[in-house]
Amino acid sequence: MTNSISDLEKADVLLLTGTNTSENHPVIAEKIKQAVLSGRTKLLIIDPREISLSRFAVMHLRPRPGTDVAWINGMARVILDEGLEDGGFIESRTEGYEELRRALEEYTPQRVEEISGIPARDLTRAARMYGKAKRAAILYAMGITQHISGTDNVSALANLAMLTGNLGREGTGVNPLRGQNNVQGACDLGALPNVFTGYQKVDDVEANEKFSAAWGRELPREPGLSIVEMMGAAQRGDVRALYILGENPMVTDPDVGHVKQAMESLDLLVVQDIFLTETAALAGVVLPGVCFAEKEGTFTNTERRVQRVHKAVDPPGEAWQDLEIIAELARRMGYAMPATSAEEIMREIASLTPSYGGISYARLEEGGLQWPCPDADHPGTSVLHTQAFPRGRGKFAVVEYLPPDELPDEEYPFILSTGRLLYHFHSGSMTRRSRSLEEKVGQGWVGINPRDARKLKLKEGSAVRLTSRRGSLISHAHITPQLQPGSVFATFHFAAETANILTNPALDPKSKIPDLKVCAVRLERVGGGEGDAGATAT
Amino acid sequence: MVGVSLNGRRVEVREGSTLLQAAESAGLSIPTLCYHPAVAGGGTCRVCLVEEEGSGRLVTACDTRAEEGMAVRLDTDRVKEARRTMLELIFSAHPFHCEVCESNNSCELKKIASREGISGRELPFSQDYRPVVDANPFYLRDLSKCISCGLCVRACQEVQGVGAYEMKGSGAQAHPAASMDSPVDLSVCEFCGLCVSLCPVGALIAKPPLHRGGEDRAVVTTCPYCGVGCCMELLVRDGSITGVRAGVPASVNGYSLCVKGRFGLDFVDHPDRLTRPLLRRDGELVEVSWDEALDEVTRRLSAVVEESGPDAVAFLSSAKTTNEENYLLQKFARAVVGTNNIDHCARL
Repeated sequence: MTNSISDLEKADVLLLTGTNTSENHPVIAEKIKQAVLSGRTKLLIIDPREISLSRFAVMHLRPRPGTDVAWINGMARVILDEGLEDGGFIESRTEGYEELRRALEEYTPQRVEEISGIPARDLTRAARMYGKAKRAAILYAMGITQHISGTDNVSALANLAMLTGNLGREGTGVNPLRGQNNVQGACDLGALPNVFTGYQKVDDVEANEKFSAAWGRELPREPGLSIVEMMGAAQRGDVRALYILGENPMVTDPDVGHVKQAMESLDLLVVQDIFLTETAALAGVVLPGVCFAEKEGTFTNTERRVQRVHKAVDPPGEAWQDLEIIAELARRMGYAMPATSAEEIMREIASLTPSYGGISYARLEEGGLQWPCPDADHPGTSVLHTQAFPRGRGKFAVVEYLPPDELPDEEYPFILSTGRLLYHFHSGSMTRRSRSLEEKVGQGWVGINPRDARKLKLKEGSAVRLTSRRGSLISHAHITPQLQPGSVFATFHFAAETANILTNPALDPKSKIPDLKVCAVRLERVGGGEGDAGATAT
Repeated sequence: MVGVSLNGRRVEVREGSTLLQAAESAGLSIPTLCYHPAVAGGGTCRVCLVEEEGSGRLVTACDTRAEEGMAVRLDTDRVKEARRTMLELIFSAHPFHCEVCESNNSCELKKIASREGISGRELPFSQDYRPVVDANPFYLRDLSKCISCGLCVRACQEVQGVGAYEMKGSGAQAHPAASMDSPVDLSVCEFCGLCVSLCPVGALIAKPPLHRGGEDRAVVTTCPYCGVGCCMELLVRDGSITGVRAGVPASVNGYSLCVKGRFGLDFVDHPDRLTRPLLRRDGELVEVSWDEALDEVTRRLSAVVEESGPDAVAFLSSAKTTNEENYLLQKFARAVVGTNNIDHCARL
């Protein structure tokens, strides 16, 4: 997030798009509701699906899935047409305005209506609401990013914020809500194929030399493979060994049928985890690590706040600290890790990572710190880009609407979007082993509009088969007007019916994110006797 | 800042503060039942009465604003008498089976009563017993014990914006009811458990497996589920987690958590937890020693690197593990193996 969670209440308008906040970030949803209930903040939701926050919204516009660039550009165009842009901000903080203005000309509300289904009049009203607000914040999640145009969607949102000067102040910003407890930290700490810690590029000569010197080895300079690319490389035999720490791609990655083939093509699969997950069950070696309650360390939350994790209980049996496992493997492979306790490692991180430079365990005992926090006296940064952007001026990126990779056709007439539920988390390895959560929701479902349900003769709870070009599964129908006709929704928490049996691994060319929000599927009612959830790969 | 006099002592507080907050800032204690810092308002239980000097007016400290020059006494005979009467009235409709109540050790009503020297049987006991409602996997509702303080109703409406409860009836019949008086499970409840954590008595009780009895110690940590980063205390007794509590000062979440953070941490103790390394032999995963497992990994990883180069190895790190673990694994990939093939599920 460019801004902070506590900022939200200062916004006059909150624009939520591609986030079902009450299910995925419940405590942020609570802050949003409080802001609305205080009467200070207006909520504007633009999302294909009706969500429980919709009843707090002044407006909820429902575009067709995968048409985000069109409506965002359309809003930007209305803002310019009506003179609601912030000329001062554009002049002093940005570049590329003229190119953007020309590119936006094509995105008339009428054309946007044809592409997205959002009525031209509603789009204009929404643009006015956002454009006229003194402080407007954009919140988004994977409904925006998980598309082949994910990067473009985010660029378009950033354009909207820069056009209206909604950056660098409290109550504004472009705020991605990060999904997992430490997804922000995993990115910050260089668990990405192209960067070291703090987003220092591996192919930047200076950065590479700095880390090579610090770690005492010549380090590779070519960016590596992303997660979905690894699966392809494994199947081709280019990747022969895969080491997985605490992930479960057999449930969470697109097209799990293909992931399974990839795993089975490997010479060596090592999984370090706390449970024998669906992925660990395929491994050659499984190493038992420890869970959050059994270790010292830090997580970095969605607002860039680094916070302490403290050990409360001992690990079960002979499970080892995860740091110990990695350090011992390194030792056996001829490399002595100088720092092995969590606190020592944070010291090493701080010494190599400017944005974490001032972070230490002593300071974190007093409470979390938001990066950038460059030195020991720095209080941390609650709002980014107050004076300038990292590159100096913010550059307007011209982005054009492109249809999703896979559109519905006669054979596969529905658009499937995947997502999460309040009661479960990711692959379910933790929540499905919580007695109460599993008792509350023990199986998945497929959300479908009442009109489509009637056509398919489905009742609430009917067994239904979903089939895509990649696989097929049986789940249960949940009939809800929250979905538009022609769209269905399914989750991936439940391994036997994970929607990733169906999803399309097509990637955004820049961010390499898969298009999990749009794939074409067919639905059929399943007759009596075949009602159990289960899956077959095609 | 405004200045008020409490028991004759001058106290400066920020404008808009209540008398209760003024007393707390001065280290003076005033008992409360229907007040909680997580929720605005209060003023219904009248246990926090204080006496205004001069007028002799009794006012509720939890919702009376401190005004410049105001002078109150916290422990006059009239205050004590009024408080005792309020407590006696509450007890006249509150069952007195503390020894079998889940909240025995944490009950605010019991704590205040013992401090004020109330036995609880000063007035004749008369109560309609109501059946315990066991309608969801997370908590029980025992309205027989409810003192109608309204904290649950206000927390749900004002903090959560959900409104699963409303006050029904008036006077002695007042009670919090799930909307339409339906079982909670069928209503809009999201099971965040804030109401359960605020209930001053045992009317809302979290169910096991988490939340079982008291704790030896509390450990501040960060929730392992989503990216909001809620701070929480893990309550620990005899080496296992017996509960979860929010309200860590200066945390992003304050007193709030969601259903997963509050009720979903029992996976920690699940019998499926891996306790020994496993190695595949003849197609089956079998338990082996650490030495054997690590040797196998070292030998086979080294062989792949030797035969096909470092880029034939790839790593998936984790958005669930700590910063330090992520750092160490990418260092392992880059410095020990020599590949940039490292990623995690940020995009999934």
